[in-house]
Amino acid sequence: MTFSVTRVAALCLRYLYLLVSSWPRLLELIYWPILNLLTWGFLQTYAMGSTNQTLFVGGALVSGLLLWEVLFRGQIGFSVSFLEEVWSRNLGNILMSPLRPIEFVAALMTMSLLRLAVGMIPTVILAVAFFGFDLARLGIGFAAFFALLVITGWAVGLVVCGLILRHGLGAESLAWTIMFVFWPLCCVYYPLSVLPGWMKPLALALPPTHVFEGMRAVLSQGVLRLDLLAYATVLNIIWIAIAAFAFAALLEKARDAGSLLSSGE
Amino acid sequence: MTSPATIAVDALVKDYGPVRAVDGISFAVASGSTAALLGGNGAGKSTTIGMIMGLVKPTSGTVTVLGTDMARRRHDVLHRMNFESPYVDMPHRLTVRQNLTVFGMLYGVADIRGRIATLAEALDLVDLLDRPSGKLSAGQKTRVALAKALVNEPEVMLLDEPTASLDPDTADWIRSHLERYRAARGATILLASHNMGEVERLCDRVIMLKQGRIEDDAAPGELVRRYGRSNLEEVFLDVARGRREAAA
Repeated sequence: MTFSVTRVAALCLRYLYLLVSSWPRLLELIYWPILNLLTWGFLQTYAMGSTNQTLFVGGALVSGLLLWEVLFRGQIGFSVSFLEEVWSRNLGNILMSPLRPIEFVAALMTMSLLRLAVGMIPTVILAVAFFGFDLARLGIGFAAFFALLVITGWAVGLVVCGLILRHGLGAESLAWTIMFVFWPLCCVYYPLSVLPGWMKPLALALPPTHVFEGMRAVLSQGVLRLDLLAYATVLNIIWIAIAAFAFAALLEKARDAGSLLSSGE
Repeated sequence: MTSPATIAVDALVKDYGPVRAVDGISFAVASGSTAALLGGNGAGKSTTIGMIMGLVKPTSGTVTVLGTDMARRRHDVLHRMNFESPYVDMPHRLTVRQNLTVFGMLYGVADIRGRIATLAEALDLVDLLDRPSGKLSAGQKTRVALAKALVNEPEVMLLDEPTASLDPDTADWIRSHLERYRAARGATILLASHNMGEVERLCDRVIMLKQGRIEDDAAPGELVRRYGRSNLEEVFLDVARGRREAAA
């Protein structure tokens, strides 16, 4: 049997049924992005009137926040769809069905995009309307930044799902917290040059660092730095390959440990 | 003439660290028959079923289902199998119809609507189809789980305690349905159970496990005769307490 779009669609349908049947789940998708936008947007509005405006040119703070949300929510959307199976004790049914691991991952990626769309579209509209987010200024770069950050989010989400398969819900908190390790390192709100020397190699190994540097280059100089996009792309390829390998290894470990049928415990 | 084995287990071993959960068991389940794995807690039933499903990796030995090595190529035959266990649920917020639709698609059922209608009629689910699965009683949930297990008309069914925690009436109803399905489809069924009445009624054969090994393997009536007991429950107690010689 080969890759089946129908099986991917079946799993997506299962998550869509769940989303539309639960308004708290839908609300949660837009609640945090909008709350963060309001907090950081007002901070930017205040700071622009009282300090060095070059820091905030073109709405850099809000742009950074929005792209950070893409990275963070991309990973959360991926991981939470997987967690829904563990929470509902449905994982055994899924793993015993003909659904292949790659189809499972494809469904999680699709749902991650859908959840991002639900959360980010209203947030971006608000950011443009009230906080000077200049979507036109980012132009085609925004699409590239978006895609690169989502792929990084998926890579991290894949490892988290592997850890949950292997260790059960004991690893659930990683789904909510692991991305914050990236926060200070990938220079969301400040340039790479701010970091101390020993942290820079770490930061440079992260695809999002190059994306956020690229975002600042567009906003401050009006230049889309293709070299930064290329770095981020190559790093993403490496990251997603490592994540796929880690997921496969953790799945195999889970089979060996017999933990697949008791993942809810 | 013996039917070809649909499930074949050969020298199967499973170690969890220093603990040997399954210790070199071998058996075959003939096509169209029903066999039971019987044993006390920790006897190795669930681990054996897990290895047959391909969800638990054997330390050594092989499992083939429908001629396919489950450790390496399980996805080649999963669409011809299904399983039910009280330890696995279906999404609570989804209605019965939504759940069956999703699983129908996952198993590649051609006419999902028609199949759901047939199952709803057969399993008395018509009035439940548009209710959330989480709002059903234990008996109703078991019927829905059975509908899911039958959605692809499987040739092989693996059932882990199929009537656990059900009242006698519902349990009897489920057993009757399984008997009818096996007869109509010619399906092969392997079940793990603690319910001796269920095993005596449904199974052609009982594989008795103790501490990961096969302690005995025969038809229920033959086991009762062999141990000189009046029913399978007494045989189970003899095996569990190591009283075979005394009983004989």
